[in-house]
Amino acid sequence: MSALEDRPIGFGRLKRKEDARFIRGQGNYLDDIRLPGMLHAAILRSPFAHARINSIDTSAALALDGVAAVITAKDLETLGLAWMPTISYDTQAVLAGDKVRFQGQEVACVIATDEYIARDALQLIDVDYDPLPPVVNARKALDPDAPLIRDDKEGQVDNLASPLWEAGDEQAADRVFAEADTVVERDIIYPRCHPAPLETCGMIADFNPQTGQLNIYNGNQAPHAHRTVYAHVAGLAEHMIRIRCGDIGGGFGNKVPVYPGYVCAIAGSIVAGAPVKWIEDRSENLMSTGFARDYIMHAQMCSKDGRITGLRVDVIADHGAFDSTAQPTKFPAGFFHIVCGSYDLQAAHVQVKAVYTNKAPGGVAYRCSFRITEAVYLVERMVDALAHELGVDPVELRMRSFIHPEQFPYQTTTGWTYDSGDYQKTMRVAMDIAGYEDLRREQAEKRARGELMGVGVAFFTEGVGAGPRRHMDILGLAMNDGADLRLHPSGKAVVSLSAQTQGQGHETTFAQIVAEELGIPPEDVEVRHGDTDKSPYGLGTYGSRSTPVSGAAVAVVSRKVRDKARAIAATMLETRPEDLAWEKGRWYVKGDRTQGVTIFDITKRAYSGEVLPEGFEGGLDAQVIYDPPNLTYPYGAYIAVVDVDPETAHVTVRRFIAVDDCGVRINPMIVEGQIHGGLTEGIGIALMELISFDEEGNCLNGSFMDYLIPTALEVPDFELGETVTPCPHHPLGAKGVGESPNVGSPPAVVNAVIDALAPLGVQHLDMPLTPARVWAAMQGRPEPPQ
Amino acid sequence: MQTPAPFDYERATSLDGAIAALKAHEDARIVAGGHSLLPMMKLRLAQPSRLIDINDLTELEYIREEGDEVAIGALTRHVELLESELLAERFPLFRDAERVIADPTVRNRGTIGGSLCQADAAEDLSAVCAALKATVVMRGESGTRTVNMREFHLGPWMTAVGEGEIVTEIRLRVRPGHGSAHEKLERRAGDWAIAAASAALWLDGDTIADAGVALSAVGLTTIDLTRAEDLLRGARPGEELFAQVAAIAAEDCSPAADGRGDVAYKRHLAGVLTTRALRKATARALT
Amino acid sequence: MNISISINGETVTRDVEPRTLLVHFIRDTPGLTGTHWGCDTSNCGACTVLMDGRALKSCTALAAMCEGHEIATVESLERDGELDPLQQGFHECHALQCGFCTPGMLMAARGLLDVNPDPTEEEIRVAISGNLCRCTGYKNIVAAVRWAAEHQEVAP
Repeated sequence: MSALEDRPIGFGRLKRKEDARFIRGQGNYLDDIRLPGMLHAAILRSPFAHARINSIDTSAALALDGVAAVITAKDLETLGLAWMPTISYDTQAVLAGDKVRFQGQEVACVIATDEYIARDALQLIDVDYDPLPPVVNARKALDPDAPLIRDDKEGQVDNLASPLWEAGDEQAADRVFAEADTVVERDIIYPRCHPAPLETCGMIADFNPQTGQLNIYNGNQAPHAHRTVYAHVAGLAEHMIRIRCGDIGGGFGNKVPVYPGYVCAIAGSIVAGAPVKWIEDRSENLMSTGFARDYIMHAQMCSKDGRITGLRVDVIADHGAFDSTAQPTKFPAGFFHIVCGSYDLQAAHVQVKAVYTNKAPGGVAYRCSFRITEAVYLVERMVDALAHELGVDPVELRMRSFIHPEQFPYQTTTGWTYDSGDYQKTMRVAMDIAGYEDLRREQAEKRARGELMGVGVAFFTEGVGAGPRRHMDILGLAMNDGADLRLHPSGKAVVSLSAQTQGQGHETTFAQIVAEELGIPPEDVEVRHGDTDKSPYGLGTYGSRSTPVSGAAVAVVSRKVRDKARAIAATMLETRPEDLAWEKGRWYVKGDRTQGVTIFDITKRAYSGEVLPEGFEGGLDAQVIYDPPNLTYPYGAYIAVVDVDPETAHVTVRRFIAVDDCGVRINPMIVEGQIHGGLTEGIGIALMELISFDEEGNCLNGSFMDYLIPTALEVPDFELGETVTPCPHHPLGAKGVGESPNVGSPPAVVNAVIDALAPLGVQHLDMPLTPARVWAAMQGRPEPPQ
Repeated sequence: MQTPAPFDYERATSLDGAIAALKAHEDARIVAGGHSLLPMMKLRLAQPSRLIDINDLTELEYIREEGDEVAIGALTRHVELLESELLAERFPLFRDAERVIADPTVRNRGTIGGSLCQADAAEDLSAVCAALKATVVMRGESGTRTVNMREFHLGPWMTAVGEGEIVTEIRLRVRPGHGSAHEKLERRAGDWAIAAASAALWLDGDTIADAGVALSAVGLTTIDLTRAEDLLRGARPGEELFAQVAAIAAEDCSPAADGRGDVAYKRHLAGVLTTRALRKATARALT
Repeated sequence: MNISISINGETVTRDVEPRTLLVHFIRDTPGLTGTHWGCDTSNCGACTVLMDGRALKSCTALAAMCEGHEIATVESLERDGELDPLQQGFHECHALQCGFCTPGMLMAARGLLDVNPDPTEEEIRVAISGNLCRCTGYKNIVAAVRWAAEHQEVAP
């Protein structure tokens, strides 16, 4: 436990403020909202992965009692809403008009008096399709005879989704490889998976034709950015659109993009003249909304004198039918080039080729900062492969090759500047908790008896908190966040944010930051977010950016208020501001602690009729837009202990040790909770979560019967540890953490399983490590996932 | 969320009433726990004209010993099968299976009759009842008839239940020297089996007087390993014998490749799980 | 058809279609929106309520099938301003994040504690294995149920 936890107010294990409503079933999620006269939308989806649409007959559906409207691409064209921009500067059909490009694509939308009738009407729509050959295998997407998927795009002659993208120095990498004494090479796939938040995506749109005002209720992770997109798409002024996000039942990246269903709800409200609610079912969520990963990677790693020196990576990125991958504009492969990981490499080269396929679009960050998950998985698998080749313990090779504490700030060979770290120390803490030497002894004994036990290590460095505006924007919007702080005469505070909680506990954590900075109790700080009319502009919550960006904004705005309070205090104490010193909650005269005024006195004064400092207008408030100078770079050492049943190949994760260094922890309880959740998702990805397709492009994992999420029975009782290396440029010394456990755990589990199978000669195995796939590897024929 | 298409609903107040209603309405379906039928209806893969709810027919909810038989009412819930000390004592494989069927909340609702009538090859109780050579009792307008579990499933999702008939009871003969076990491998708790094996033995001294072995999820229907049973009958239980049975299990099943595994793996698993079930069944028979 | 169901001790009557799912009846008629839904296939457990004291996934039951039965939802847990020990435990142990699975978790756990007031960690994990959570990794949920078990008032 860190010393910070003992502090009386501000930082520490404060129980969450938001719990009170959730434990009573009083949350306010999208489906809980009922507007007067509200209609319900349901979407007809394509059964084919690739097919031309000859005709759509909606007459029978329209004739059904209770159906208000049936919308197709033709209707949207008249509204100018047939196509919408993606967050990667591509366009995506809202409803398919010419052809369908993935199974589950939106084809028509029914608006009816209730959702039962809306779904009855879907069965009455007759669509005449001409099936076309689909592109399912991304490796074959660029074959000369591959069917062209995006014939809607002028000048598009193949299935390349974006230009070839490179990072690092190819020649330097070649030189390092030429000088190396050991090289390993692997094909490594990070298969398609899905964030699958427990609450699916949806929207209520309420357009008022008299005023031209569009009211939107929606659970998304970036309400301000969404409003800007709708303003562009619908040709409305931003102030005529109000988005309200109530409570959100998990996001994990899935609720970052704008989906066709949202535009359908808006169009439906315009057409029907009533509020329209659209909420997708689970199959729609899994089959059509933002998937994650789907990176087909080929890598080489080399070493000289027992230290890792170089890395070369080639990636084919499967973006599906529309490029709606989530990333800052200048980074078409996200932050994948952080692939050098935690190691002091001499050179590296990365190239990424993104292709269209007849699959659902996406490429969102499933609890990860823009492709860092793929990068960390790759490098951590490669380090293990190299360690195996060199015959050294995987921890030993990592220890030898880590960036050293004195090298920070550290410039990586692919262009990142890591802020701070002491990797060896964190690795050692994890080994101590695990009892690493004992585990290796136990493993040796078990191996002698024919039992398959594995110990897997992963060490990750993440770059989170995008980002500096000179480098990072999405659709031209700088990745900054705002905070407004207002103290009321009673001394109670309201802080408004552009970050958008989906369970991260913002109402508690951000109150703690204000409390810490102003010395008022956190229960006196109200945190507001989720209403674009009532919160400052900013890019929202994903990429672990809440604490690095919004948290910094709240700290800075609090300090602005504190500075104003200092001037008022000086007037009250009849001295100069520079003669005052701050201690929790009060300004006092340096050298005389008895002469001081509390923040409450100052606030009262600020609103009173009494004299204020020259130039002060009364009241006590401030606002900021925070532009982070750099990303923050949290890191961690994870160790998984697994047992593999030698007969059935079933994997049990027996222990999982996670030591995270995310800088200063504002609320350690919430940080630990985030780690538990991310580890579970990571174990899920490693063992069972997969979105796969058959040769026809049919999605094989379109429900929770086949898209498997871990239950309480698949995850161990996590063992956590921590080190604290403050971020030098964050005002609180904090880094992000939400995504770290999802980033770090898959390689730990996979390394552990491959370690367990080492006596059988298994050197690599792609996720998910289902019993059947593990067994195939044990038979000497590991297979890539479909 | 997904919603079912319209249908009529009636709640049966007597078994004869339910049978009459079934006869009177085309495309009517019986609903008990509803945990297989309702999801199918929400997907609109099933669109019955009428549901006849038999949940009030509590006279079909029992586990009791009748002479040399144990009788289980068709409406008996999974949770009752799991918790029944009588079943655990007489046929321990029930508890093995019930521990791994769906999840506890679903087990509160699902029934043995519904499970068997679903005729899903991946379902566990069908293998359990096949291994025990259970008798399924059905009732229709013209009275009651029985079918051996081995003849109950005619194909995938097809049963011997005739038009206007309802399964009312499952009967299990209690014989001395019994031991049994059910072994299942699933991708995740609550998932359907990748493969599962039910084994039942009746020992006479150190010899197997009779045996029942059946497999789930490795064929179009539950697989009855009659060839293995012939081999077991009259033999002494032991590792060598079990290995021979495992080989038969792997050979006589007919799995299809899917997201749970390829054919080779499932055949392998059929053997492994059969061996494990036989081992455990033997140990139980001997104690 | 006219359906009456006792929900949290009060009889709720409404004319609905036979196909109305229990989860919709609960959410629409008395407006008890604490019961959520997260899938269509009875896998996620967000819709878990108690029927006659036993956990039930209300997305996979027709309202019509529940007539004459006692339904209890998350809203029934707090009594006269007194939180159920499970509600307290979830708060104390940080057993919720986005809160979406929480009502179902609470009701599944209530169903467990009513028949097994002193469950082991393993028994708790089994009891909530039909309830998916994406946020918490279950560790704190298990701890919260144990907390509740240790803080339950023994029934007189």
